[in-house]
Amino acid sequence: MNAPAARAFGVERSAGAGAASAMPSTTAATPAAAGHLRLEGIHKRFGAFTALEQIDLAIGRGEFICFLGPSGCGKTTLLRIIAGLEAQTRGRLWQGGREISQLPPAQRDYGIVFQSYALFPNLSVADNVAYGLANRRQPRAAIQARVEELLQLVGLPGSGGKYPAQMSGGQQQRVALARALATSPDLLLLDEPLSALDAIVRVHLRKELRDLQRRLGVTTIMVTHDQEEALTLADRIVVMNHGVIEQVGTPLQIYREPASPFVADFVGKANRLRAVAEGDRWFRCGSLRLRCAEGHGAEGLAAGSEAWLYLRPEDRIIGRLPSDLPGRPGPCAGTVQRLEFLGGTCLAELDVEGLPGQPLLLQFSLNQMGEFGVQEGRRLEFALREDRLRAFALPRPH
Amino acid sequence: MPALPLPCPQRAAAAPRPRTAWSDRLAQAALLALIALLCVGLLGPLAAGLGQAFVPAAAGSSTGDAFADYLRSPALLQSLANSLQVSLLTTAIVIPLAFAFAYALTRSCMPFKRLLRGVALLPLLAPSLLSAIALIYWFGNQGLAREAWRALGFDGIYGAPGIVLAECFATFPHALMILTAALALADARLYEAADAMGTRPLRRFLTITLPGAQYGLVSAALVTFTLAITDFGIPKVVGGNFNVLATDVFKLVIGQQDFRRGAVASLLLLAPAVLTFCIDHLVRRRQAAALGARAVVLAPRPQPAFDAAMAAFCGLVALLMLAMFGMAVFASLATLWPYNLAPSWEHYASGLVDAEMGDALVNSLVLAAATAVCGTAAAFAGAYLQEKLPGRAALRTLLRLLAMLPMAVPGLVLGLGYIFFFNAPGNPLHGLYQTMALLVLCTVVHFYTTGHLTLVTALRAIDGEFEAVSASLKVPFYKTLWRVTLPICLPALLDVARYFFVNAMTTVSAVVFLYAPQTRPASVGILNLDDAGDTAGAAAMAVLVSAVSIAASLLFLLAGRWAERRTQRWRAR
Repeated sequence: MNAPAARAFGVERSAGAGAASAMPSTTAATPAAAGHLRLEGIHKRFGAFTALEQIDLAIGRGEFICFLGPSGCGKTTLLRIIAGLEAQTRGRLWQGGREISQLPPAQRDYGIVFQSYALFPNLSVADNVAYGLANRRQPRAAIQARVEELLQLVGLPGSGGKYPAQMSGGQQQRVALARALATSPDLLLLDEPLSALDAIVRVHLRKELRDLQRRLGVTTIMVTHDQEEALTLADRIVVMNHGVIEQVGTPLQIYREPASPFVADFVGKANRLRAVAEGDRWFRCGSLRLRCAEGHGAEGLAAGSEAWLYLRPEDRIIGRLPSDLPGRPGPCAGTVQRLEFLGGTCLAELDVEGLPGQPLLLQFSLNQMGEFGVQEGRRLEFALREDRLRAFALPRPH
Repeated sequence: MPALPLPCPQRAAAAPRPRTAWSDRLAQAALLALIALLCVGLLGPLAAGLGQAFVPAAAGSSTGDAFADYLRSPALLQSLANSLQVSLLTTAIVIPLAFAFAYALTRSCMPFKRLLRGVALLPLLAPSLLSAIALIYWFGNQGLAREAWRALGFDGIYGAPGIVLAECFATFPHALMILTAALALADARLYEAADAMGTRPLRRFLTITLPGAQYGLVSAALVTFTLAITDFGIPKVVGGNFNVLATDVFKLVIGQQDFRRGAVASLLLLAPAVLTFCIDHLVRRRQAAALGARAVVLAPRPQPAFDAAMAAFCGLVALLMLAMFGMAVFASLATLWPYNLAPSWEHYASGLVDAEMGDALVNSLVLAAATAVCGTAAAFAGAYLQEKLPGRAALRTLLRLLAMLPMAVPGLVLGLGYIFFFNAPGNPLHGLYQTMALLVLCTVVHFYTTGHLTLVTALRAIDGEFEAVSASLKVPFYKTLWRVTLPICLPALLDVARYFFVNAMTTVSAVVFLYAPQTRPASVGILNLDDAGDTAGAAAMAVLVSAVSIAASLLFLLAGRWAERRTQRWRAR
């Protein structure tokens, strides 16, 4: 992808691009005060089924947002409501200060890319990209130049004469992206755009998509069920389940500080340990005693109540245990029962002494495997990072 | 719920109804217009026909409604029994033959498949009368092979044997098409699994092939039965004194002007048609899941003995078809059957000039062309609005039901309903009565369902998000319709236009009630000629109508080739 094309975009969308460049990813977490796109109390019912319930969300200009959740969680419905392709049962939307709650799709300002690409098969790639430009009464030469610029932008220079069926899936999705960007929309909506592609193409296109979005600074919402995609792409992730938002946060927040057991289970791998609260953030788990850090969910749990403790597989310390660790890590020992090879890393399943019936998954890099002698049947001494523990109340049985 | 970074704590108001773009309003107006058209052309006439059957008898008569009248008449009850008898017999004969033919086409490696299939489908292009007329020349009182027919133990061709035989020819291609489609859907993996387990061919056939095609068999049987029981031309020509319901309706309405009893008889025709329609609908629903997306298409392997046997069987059937056509052509050219068989154009000339068949042929062409254009436009509009229009779910469901209904309504019932509805003095559309426009409307409605279903299938194959993408690019739907959807659907559109054209050329049943002297179509003219005793003239005209249908089909084929080259270039990789 080349620089002049990006510059051309920069001129057109100076506000967006400026905001993006002035907004490194660490500060992207705080949205613009009013929110460039604002959703308020969105409800959606299909007959008796509630697809979305009380969705409130504000998205800053130039942000890259991912709606993440399992299938059927309502994320695509929410995207379609933002696009005006589906009418909300209740609630209102604003985009750039303008209320769009009741506007038909054509009167809103967005470009959209679908999982199926939805390229017009009987039109050439150039005609596809020019589709939204043709009815703006621009001179033919200007349209042609714009099409070529867009094709360069998505890395397909000179393929305007081909038909979609002559291209690979990844190329077709790039064309769909170019078509969506052609009219310089204020908002880019992506409905699982990478799901239909091969794993390698997907990772490659993911990176390009991120670069492109950064350069153009266009506010982007992507729907995905792939947590890895969301973690690598998004400025902020909106985790959804059963039609409600479980958590909104940066990828790091979502991973490190999951707001609910669902988020902890859905994003990344996690150990889930059954424990009983003892008060003052102390928990008894088997014969182990563990103490949560402040603000990790332990405060709300009364002594004697049952709880889940969540811990990521990498949150363990092994080898030389420093004595000045925060929260005095409880030393543990366990026997490696099984190893799962994942490429650069391995997951070891351990039977921990004093923790019967609750095997623990610990993660090691390949180098650490040799360094610490992690083998099936071997006994390991290690410590849990109690400062990373997160506690949740056990859901009451219905 | 976690805290959300939302600066607006006030309660969200209920969303008012979304505003509609004017282009969507246009689409909704079109939807309403189409529904109105189907109400006028289908529901109104049907209701009028139904109403007529339940009107109390004229003053002075002590009987109740027309139904009671009818059921007291033994002659008419006999017709009902006759109708059932010939229809069941036709079905019982056609289905095994068509199944064997379809099996040969799909599961053998016999030569000349395309040719044999083309010949077997020929009756679709001819008026159903043609086979009846040809039968008379073969086995009638002055027929060439009369003695052979007698030797088989039949008294004569007129009556039940003739009707059944002629119906077999007329319905064979319909059953064949359905069964070919059913047998073409086969998963090769099932057969490989059976072979791997050492299954004998007969058991393989009984456990895999037959169950796989059972829905097709049910469907084909129902279609054959309905076609046979509602057909009117064949019993009219070859029925003799053997009365069936369809001819009763005609005699009661046209001959005796007894509209009430005619309406009752037509309702008795409607009943089996509606019943088979409902069964077929249920069966189709269950078939949807029969073949998964991962199935491997079965490709037949050469088996010399089996292929030869299949070729011989199909050749025989094709020969019979050709004999039927050939006889009609031959008889139409004979100077004076059976005394002077020297060929001459006399019957064509006298038919076209003296019997005003020239005008009738022009009428038929106008009717067929108008039906092809209007029918295709209406069917596409219906399919498009049903599949692609956002919102208005209730109206779209209504449209879908209305579009399916014509399949269940026999032409005679429809035509009779048109009389009651459009001839009613209070109807503001009365002016349409006996005009060509009404004939076109009636024919479009009569054949609407097949066109509709074909185009729905074509539209469903297109990505469902085109309209959404267009809206996001601020391109109104009709522009996408014109630039993308229509070009993609062009082959299907040509198919549907051909279907409407050919059927309008050959149909008799509905239009026979609706024509005026100046709008009489050729297919009805054939019936009139036969009625007047000019069988040779009728044969000549039937051949002429078939020739026009064949020529039109060839033209559509050429147009399809041209369109493919012009607009389907993108399909090539």
